[in-house]
Amino acid sequence: MKLKHLIASLALPLAGLAFAAPASAFCGFYVAKADTDLFNDASKVVLARDGDRTVITMASDFRGDVSEFAMVVPVVSVPEREQINVANPALVEHLDAYTAPRLVEYYDENPCELQMQYRKMQETAAMAAPEADMMMEDAESLGVTIEAEYEVGEYDILILSAEESDGLIKWLNQNGYKIPDGAEETVGAYLKRGMKFFVAKVSLERHDGSAMLRPIQVAYEDEDFMLPIRLGTVNAEGKQELFVFALTSKGRVETSNYRTVKLPSDMDVPIYVKDEFADFYKAMFSHQVEKENGKAVFMEYAWDMSWCDPCAAEPLANSELRELGVMWLDDAPEGLTPRGMAPSPVDVFVTRLHLRYDAKTFPEDLTFEITGDRENYQGRYVLRHPWRGDYTSCSAASEYASSLVERWDAEAVALAKLTGWDVNDIRDKMADGGYSAAAIRGVDVEKPVNKKSWWKRLWGNG
Amino acid sequence: MYDVSRMDAAARLPLALFRTIDADPRHWQIIALAGLFLFSYSTSSFGAEPSALFFAFSGAMLAQGLGTAVLNLRAGRPLFHGFEPKSALITTLGVTILLRAAAPWIWFAAAFTGIALKFLVRIKGKHVFNPGCIGIVAMMLLLGRDAWVSPGQWGQMPLILGYALALAALTLSSAKRLDIALGFLGTFAAILFARALWLGDPMAIPLHQLSSGSLLIFAFFMITDPRSTPDSRAGRVLFAIAVAGLAAWFIIGPNQRGAPLMALAALGLLTPLLDRALPARRFEWPHGTPAPGARRPDFTPATISPWGTKETPRP
Repeated sequence: MKLKHLIASLALPLAGLAFAAPASAFCGFYVAKADTDLFNDASKVVLARDGDRTVITMASDFRGDVSEFAMVVPVVSVPEREQINVANPALVEHLDAYTAPRLVEYYDENPCELQMQYRKMQETAAMAAPEADMMMEDAESLGVTIEAEYEVGEYDILILSAEESDGLIKWLNQNGYKIPDGAEETVGAYLKRGMKFFVAKVSLERHDGSAMLRPIQVAYEDEDFMLPIRLGTVNAEGKQELFVFALTSKGRVETSNYRTVKLPSDMDVPIYVKDEFADFYKAMFSHQVEKENGKAVFMEYAWDMSWCDPCAAEPLANSELRELGVMWLDDAPEGLTPRGMAPSPVDVFVTRLHLRYDAKTFPEDLTFEITGDRENYQGRYVLRHPWRGDYTSCSAASEYASSLVERWDAEAVALAKLTGWDVNDIRDKMADGGYSAAAIRGVDVEKPVNKKSWWKRLWGNG
Repeated sequence: MYDVSRMDAAARLPLALFRTIDADPRHWQIIALAGLFLFSYSTSSFGAEPSALFFAFSGAMLAQGLGTAVLNLRAGRPLFHGFEPKSALITTLGVTILLRAAAPWIWFAAAFTGIALKFLVRIKGKHVFNPGCIGIVAMMLLLGRDAWVSPGQWGQMPLILGYALALAALTLSSAKRLDIALGFLGTFAAILFARALWLGDPMAIPLHQLSSGSLLIFAFFMITDPRSTPDSRAGRVLFAIAVAGLAAWFIIGPNQRGAPLMALAALGLLTPLLDRALPARRFEWPHGTPAPGARRPDFTPATISPWGTKETPRP
């Protein structure tokens, strides 16, 4: 299969996002399905790290009454007001889209002629923002010290230190932070390590009424490159979903206290996956998590930020990267690539990690290691459209027809392996779409044979 | 009709094989490390690679050859007299399994450095640093992020199984070094559990930290190297405790990369001090399989190949 350079520009049906269609050298056009809720309650964290300097951008899928929102994060020191910022949610969304697993479409040529077409499509994952709100009373009697108090954007932020976890939790609960039962131990462990608590609520006066809350950013310096996740495991709502986007100048980031695993990639999958890519991605992720006994962190993307191929979204501009905390681009000229391909001197390597965790599978906070590995990796799944025509028109065509049957079978097996779906169900579905030996046998299969009656297809109740 | 003698031979084969392997504890070590290499290669997304094995092998053998040749030249012996590839092979495997690097030459450099330092840095004829360990640490210090260890990549082995296998391998390879592995792990575990108790952490956390596959490899295959650890049992246990303490501090405190390796390298100089304070017979690897009652040749490879012969009184 060769790649061919075709430029196609097409308006994107990507809801709410202002990306231009990336006409990559990979060609074809870009079809984004704007399912933004693939994973409910997912948190997204962007970590820009250079030496001891870190900028963390925290976004969550919070949707609902903003007065309900509260965020509690352990921090190593008391940040100054200037170290805290709120970010444009579109930044995280753009990074999410740029790094999302993608589908690529190829069209087989007429075996009797030579002609090719490609197409690719991709899917973005979901995203939303965080929140805050607060007051304070008898903090002192509970042994809680308010180290600092800031108003940042729509958030009211407090930095708390405390002698005892009990007092802190009591104070937090009194002030509208719903701290789940069982948090004492975890909170206590952070306090004993000398950590402070960064708590945020939405100020109803300053909130503009939009449903989406903006991500909170904190810039800090610490030797440890880690992410506290244990508070998230306290509540009994089951597994938490977390995406970590790490930006470094050096290379790939991995977790040093948990196994990092590449999400299986570069598989040929049946065409119908195109219509259920969201389900496919979710099922595949769940199945892979299960295969690792829930104990692995999955790497979904690792790439030099100056390009992409195929592009799920254009690489981030330097200005966007700086807003996300990439501090080492300070003096660099604005070397933004106009189109996804030409490598520009952007010294940023992005790693997208995805994990599903609870206290059992991830008892410890995540610690990270920056490696010198700059090998590019992406979650990419391939759809290969068969050529449809008279399979008896030449000998190449009849050979092609028999190769199709083998190929489809391999696709079904691959899909079953990736997702844990039943292979016979997959074969049935493929056959319904005309991807089976039977469909080939009827020579002119210009249109796929569909075994289901039209009313079953109409209501999907067959 | 069956041939009795042939069947006998067939039945004896496994035993003969066992004896051949068991003649030198390093054989067991090589087998175990080769198994770990295959495990890492086949199960990890970022595991050990055959190309890395090739580069590390070249580096280790080149350094071993050069070192042997220089010593022989000085002593006026044939150039490669007493060339000893087994220990260099163990270093090769250790470097390949534990080190990750941005470029292939780094494995070559790590193995070369480790073996070269084995010849160059000696106190009273005994090398100071564990060759695999110092090779990896040198690369991490010199090259920064381009050389790293991936402690998370071994995943969380089923705790009991991992320990049982490692223990078996160690017992076979050098039962006398169990003290150092247990001293290290015991101290390390005690520190982690005590800290968890103090913080009020669930015990799942120290258990998680202790079931790290890379910790097992370090404890059973690296720190136990009999040639770069103290000769006396008391010295070895003290050494193990010191390394465990420093490694735990590296992890709890500054979150040092490759904490156990760094601790072992940093405390290398403790070995000659402990040997001085607590003298004992020097460990030497067996040299071939001597015939019963045969006297070892006057030339002991200890002076040439730093990993010499079995723990017996020096002639």
